[in-house]
Amino acid sequence: MPAPAYQGGTVPQIAPGKRLQWEPAQDCWVILYPEGMVKLNGSAAEVMRRIDGVRTVDAIVAELVQTFPGADLEPDVYKLLEVAHVNQWIRPKPGQ
Amino acid sequence: MSTSGYVPNLVNKPLWLLAELTYACPLQCPYCSNPLDFAKYKDELSTEQWFKVLREARAMGAAQLGFSGGEPLVRRDLEQLIGEARRLGFYTNLITSGLGMDEARVAAFKEAGLDHIQVSFQASSADLNDYIAGTDAFQHKLEMARAVKRHGYEMVLCFVTHRHNIDHIRDILDLAVALEADYVELATTQYYGWAYHNREQLLPTREQLARAEPIAHEYQERMKGRMKIYYVVPDYYENRPKACMNGWGAVFLTIAPDGTALPCHSARMLPGLSFPNVKDHGVEWIWNESPAFNAFRGFEWMKEPCRSCPEKANDFGGCRCQAYMLTGDARNADPVCDKSQHRPLIDEVIARSWRIAAKQEPEPRPILFRNPKASRNFIPAPDTPAKESVIPV
Repeated sequence: MPAPAYQGGTVPQIAPGKRLQWEPAQDCWVILYPEGMVKLNGSAAEVMRRIDGVRTVDAIVAELVQTFPGADLEPDVYKLLEVAHVNQWIRPKPGQ
Repeated sequence: MSTSGYVPNLVNKPLWLLAELTYACPLQCPYCSNPLDFAKYKDELSTEQWFKVLREARAMGAAQLGFSGGEPLVRRDLEQLIGEARRLGFYTNLITSGLGMDEARVAAFKEAGLDHIQVSFQASSADLNDYIAGTDAFQHKLEMARAVKRHGYEMVLCFVTHRHNIDHIRDILDLAVALEADYVELATTQYYGWAYHNREQLLPTREQLARAEPIAHEYQERMKGRMKIYYVVPDYYENRPKACMNGWGAVFLTIAPDGTALPCHSARMLPGLSFPNVKDHGVEWIWNESPAFNAFRGFEWMKEPCRSCPEKANDFGGCRCQAYMLTGDARNADPVCDKSQHRPLIDEVIARSWRIAAKQEPEPRPILFRNPKASRNFIPAPDTPAKESVIPV
């Protein structure tokens, strides 16, 4: 799993078999996978819910900067993408 | 049973709903976790009754749903149940032998929104697989595993391991690699139900486990990032008990085919508890209020050595069913624990199993395959006290 899998132009998508959804009972976003569930904290959820197989990493960062102005978000976004990739929650959309 | 340890606002949500749709099954595996007397439960829940269970459990926060059995494919309304579950927001898992499935049904499940399929294999070769399953199943399972992958599912292959197949672990893992499984469960036999009855013929020896473990680790390393391999040692060989079900009534809710609600699929064997039925009660009352679900919550019910044990919050004293089966009292420490005065009972089973495996001692009786005919022998005659049917030894 090479580190620079995600660059500005990469379009990430939720990996097959994983599901991202809002859980009212948990009051948080979660990732569901065979027989398991990961709860996402607030900032992870802000990134993950923008991963739709359409938006590029640059577009996601730009949106977040608009929503949360003043913070240097970019390194955190890349860090989260790496964690999400290693855990196989997401993958770069094939055919790019 | 004391419920004094129950603090209502500390009760967790049921995250995991196991829907045992039926006890009917075309297979006869001698390690089946269903109750020995399964043949006496005939009144299966209807589609509408299952819809109600799904709605109520989901409203309480259940997110993972397993369709299990018996063989869930026997239910002709499975597609409908999957559709409703998915609509409600469950992550839906089908736990199946593959018998009763064809490619059209795999596609229909996908259409209905099924997230994931777990296919069980009994072994890596047709001969052994079909001997353990009690029927010709292996070729069909191979075809179904390929169909599952073709339709884009995440696939879990589950191999229940025991004395008769654990020496083939390399072949088992090679088969999983060839079938492109995403996850492999080398699920050690859990000694409940039929497996408990057959435990002396199923428990692997310590030597077998010592040979199998490095092979499992070799494949875990080699397949990193492509295939997740779970390998678990039988708890009889551990010194501390498993945190069974993550605690009684903590995460898991099982609904048996007849609607009986259980904190785990074995619990109905425990005497003195009256397990509620979804035909009579809502899931919320069952989970939060019913005496049976509160019986072993908290720590107040514990006896020594658990009560004063610094590790009690790690494993909750282990498994209530195992404590009951081996010591006769569900409140005792799980005898797997080496702090339990009953640990010698486990060591005895290990020793006797070894002697039987080494042919130094004859088998106590032929291995018993799980089928309705054999099950009927465990149903007591009407004038016999019911609890005698629980654990025939």
